[in-house]
Amino acid sequence: MTSWEKKQFFWGWLFILPTMLGLIILNIVPMFQTLYQSFFRTGDFGKGNVFIGLENYEKLIHDPEVWQSLFNTFKYAIVEVPLSIIIALVLAVFLNRKMRGRSIYRTIYFLPMVVAPAAVAMVWRWLYNSQFGLLNHMMHVKIEWISNPHIAWISIAIIGVWSAIGYNMVLFLAGLQEIPRDYYEAADIDGASGPRMFFNITIPLLSPTIFFVMVTSIIGAFQVFDLIYMVMDETNTALPKTQTIVYLFYRYSFAYNNKGYGSAIVMLLLCVIILITVFQMIGQKKWVHYN
Amino acid sequence: MGNGIQAKRKFEKIIIHIILILMSVIMLVPFFWMILTAFKTVGEATSVNPFVIFPKTWNTDAFVTVWKNMSFVLLYKNTLLLIFWRVVCAVLTATMAGYAFGRLSFPGKNFFFSIILLQMMIPSQIFIIPQYLMISKMHLTNTVFALVFPGLVTAFGTFLLRQAFMGLPSDLEEAARLDGCNIFQTFLFVMAPLTKSAMVALGIFTALFGYKELMWPLIVNTNAGKMPLSAALATMQGQYGSNYPQLMAASLIACIPMIILYLIFQKQFIEGIATSGGKL
Repeated sequence: MTSWEKKQFFWGWLFILPTMLGLIILNIVPMFQTLYQSFFRTGDFGKGNVFIGLENYEKLIHDPEVWQSLFNTFKYAIVEVPLSIIIALVLAVFLNRKMRGRSIYRTIYFLPMVVAPAAVAMVWRWLYNSQFGLLNHMMHVKIEWISNPHIAWISIAIIGVWSAIGYNMVLFLAGLQEIPRDYYEAADIDGASGPRMFFNITIPLLSPTIFFVMVTSIIGAFQVFDLIYMVMDETNTALPKTQTIVYLFYRYSFAYNNKGYGSAIVMLLLCVIILITVFQMIGQKKWVHYN
Repeated sequence: MGNGIQAKRKFEKIIIHIILILMSVIMLVPFFWMILTAFKTVGEATSVNPFVIFPKTWNTDAFVTVWKNMSFVLLYKNTLLLIFWRVVCAVLTATMAGYAFGRLSFPGKNFFFSIILLQMMIPSQIFIIPQYLMISKMHLTNTVFALVFPGLVTAFGTFLLRQAFMGLPSDLEEAARLDGCNIFQTFLFVMAPLTKSAMVALGIFTALFGYKELMWPLIVNTNAGKMPLSAALATMQGQYGSNYPQLMAASLIACIPMIILYLIFQKQFIEGIATSGGKL
């Protein structure tokens, strides 16, 4: 080893030391601890753990609440992800040009991102209020937005869409700026219409960004907790039909203090997220164009 | 024919503006409703016939009550400390590690980097129970340290800074070395300053998501005086039940500082999120 290589060795390890140490303590070891914990029944105050092998997983497989929550999470994702992506994409395309008020629109759409989720959830809950809510008043209806089990999951997904549009739009705007103007100018001379340019130029050239936003949105949607925690009371009869897998994890681990079962639930979440990500990685070959 | 196309263009433009304005209204209505409700009396807020849109008098009782009942000064302080330490730790450790991964070659680099990638791919809920048990075993619940704890280092930030360092031209580094800088000096005086925009992006990203984090503070700091704003707001909902003017007033007090910061630094906010979010 030359002295230059030795120096790089020394400084390289020194520079990554804090990060690696932190990651090992905060993430790598905990990952295995969670797996380990999932084979135990948790005693009071986390003490007196009893090894029960796969019992937590057996219970999990036969627990309708877990599967219902997983199904609820799927439902939430299926509404939230496409809507927030499509609306954000259309807005980004509209804003990707010189126009009056461009930065004002951008500022407004991004605004929900800087608000604490608790505040977002509270104001929506108030808007949704079936007796005094603005929404029912404006629409002259008497919908029970968050206590009707058939509707509540959609209402929650709408809050999710409202919160995510600005964020996705900003990512799309950044991606759109990479597309050379010439493509549009050439298409313009050929007399191509706006929608045609959108489908034949924008979508293919933006597909890596769309794919990226899709992957992160889906992963994010599968980890929804704040909205359920804030909007759905524990006494809400629609809770079983809306609670997500992470909410269930939180309840078992910290409200019921059953950390063993909570760990098993979160391992299930891990498997689901890995599965979905793998599917998307395979699926991307069909529609994502990298230059 | 030229006129026809121009008329069509103009029509398109108008339609686009209408859609954009409509969308803006949808995005803003919750905020307006929050403000209007906060200035109403409970009677006005829950009046159905007639339905009250604007408060008769702009009544500040709700603000006064929640300001008295919730120790907002403490909550702000906790939130600020949480954000401050998270940003400092994240930017410091990630810049160093990012430089090593992006610019140096050393044994074990690929292995260590795969740990970074692994952490980024795994849902963070997996780490929460053991992290909580660590904090509780160290008797550090209800402290600022507990709030900062999961964010002491950042795999994502390291990845972001590595990308930034990799994008720099290598002749700068060589020139510094020829001038007699050692690796540390090259890093500190030549390379790190050039990644300032990535550091700012990481800082904004860390601050924003630290401010919005809910589950971790709820678990680890259960004393009302030790919570950050997000968790305090969440727990007040249970206490104030359906006094919506008060809930909205508290929400406004909690959110306005961040909104003002955003309105002042919106360019940095949006660019920071675009550069960091885009590489997540």
